[in-house]
Amino acid sequence: MDNWTFGLSMLIVGMGGTLLTLLLMSVLMAILKKIFPVKEGEEER
Amino acid sequence: MFEAIASGLAGLTAGFLNLQWSNVVMIGIGCLLLYLGIRKDFEPLLLVPIGFGAIMVNIPLADLMEAHGFLKTIYDFGIITELFPLLIFIGIGAMTDFGPVLENPYTFLLGAAGQFGIFLTLLLALALGFDKLDAVTIGIIGACDGPTVIYVASQYAPHLLGAVSVAAYSYMSLVPVLQPPIMKVLTTEKERRIIMKTHKRSVSKTTRILFPIIITVVGGLIAPKGLPLLGTIMLGNLMKESGVVPRLTNASQNEIANIVTLLLGISVGATMSGPQFVKPQTLIILSLGLLAICLDTVCGVLFGKVLKVLTGGKVNPLIGAAGISAFPMSARVVQKEGFKYNKRNYLLMHAMGANAGGQIGSVMAAAVMLSVLKGMGII
Repeated sequence: MDNWTFGLSMLIVGMGGTLLTLLLMSVLMAILKKIFPVKEGEEER
Repeated sequence: MFEAIASGLAGLTAGFLNLQWSNVVMIGIGCLLLYLGIRKDFEPLLLVPIGFGAIMVNIPLADLMEAHGFLKTIYDFGIITELFPLLIFIGIGAMTDFGPVLENPYTFLLGAAGQFGIFLTLLLALALGFDKLDAVTIGIIGACDGPTVIYVASQYAPHLLGAVSVAAYSYMSLVPVLQPPIMKVLTTEKERRIIMKTHKRSVSKTTRILFPIIITVVGGLIAPKGLPLLGTIMLGNLMKESGVVPRLTNASQNEIANIVTLLLGISVGATMSGPQFVKPQTLIILSLGLLAICLDTVCGVLFGKVLKVLTGGKVNPLIGAAGISAFPMSARVVQKEGFKYNKRNYLLMHAMGANAGGQIGSVMAAAVMLSVLKGMGII
C-alpha cells in the first residue's frame, strides 16, 4: 500500500471511527441517564 | 609505576575525551528542561526527571543505556513492556471526574473533533517522507496526552520515543499560550460572548459507576488493540466512582502515579542520547507535533461552530478548543477567554465536559488507529 492510500485511509477510517465511536458513547450515556436518573435525596456531587 | 599512574589518569579523563558535541547539546537541552520545570513550572513532574535523565544519559562511558545499565533496566521494565503508561492511566482515571461530560453527553463529540490534528499530521508526516509507523507515532502527539504518546511510540517507533514524548509534554504545558490566538482568529466577538446555560446536576451514582464499564466494553469491542489504554483509565475511574476501594484509589492517585511518573520521566530522558537525538529529523518531529496540537484546536473550534449552528446559537464555539486531552488546562483557557469577552459568561463546566471528552477521545483515537493498523496488516 502506498503512503497516500495509507494516509487517506487512516484519515477516513481513523477519524470517522473515532467520531462514530464517541457518538455511540454519547448516545449510550444519554440513554443511561434516562434509565438511571438522579433519585430524590441522592447526594449531589 | 608511571605507566600505571598514566593509565589511571587516562581513566579519569576518558569521559571528557569521549564527549561528542551532540552530547553537549543534549546536556544543554536537559538543563533547559530542568529550567522550564523548576523555574517556569511547566509540567515539572515530568520535565524534571526527563531533563535529568537526558543529562545522565549523555555522559559518556557511564553505560547507563547499555545492557544491565541502570536506566536501561528501568526502560526495559516499564517502557518496552508498556507498563508505565498504563499504570499512569489508572492514576489518571482515578483522578478524573467525568461528571461534566456525563452532564452533557454531546460534548463527547467535541472530544472527537479535537483529535483531527492527529490524522492531519499523520498525512503531513507521510508527505515529508516518514515511514508509516513513524508517521503514526508523530501524529499521535496531537492526542496531547503523554502516556498515550509513550504507549504508541514504545511499541511502534521506539527510536522516536524521546522526541515525541518531549514534544507532547512540552506542548501540553504550552496550551495556555497556543490556544487563545487560534480561538480568537476563528470566532467572532459575538460568538465568544454567547452565554451557555448551566443545568442542574443530573448524573446518578449508578450512571457514574456504569459509565467506565460500558465505555470499556463498547470501546474495547470497537478497537481491541487500544483496550489496555481504555481499560486502565476506566478501571481507575470505576475505583473512584464506586467508592468501595478507597485504598486502591488513593494508591493509584498518589503512590503508584508518583513512583511511575518518576520512572517514566527518567526512562524517557534516557532515550535522548545525543547521537540519536540531535538530527534535523527531531526538529521536524517537534514542528509537526506543534502543528498537530494547533490543528486539534482549529478543528475543535470549527466543530464548536457547527454545534452552534445546529443548536440555534446555544453553544459557544470556544468550548470546542477544550476537546483535547490537556485536562483541565484547556478548559480553564476556554473559561478565561469566554470571561474576557463577557463578564457574565461561565463556560467552565461545559468546557470541562469537552475536556473530559477529549481525554476519552484521545485514547479512543489511538485505540482506533491501532486497530485500523492491525486491520490493514501493518502491525
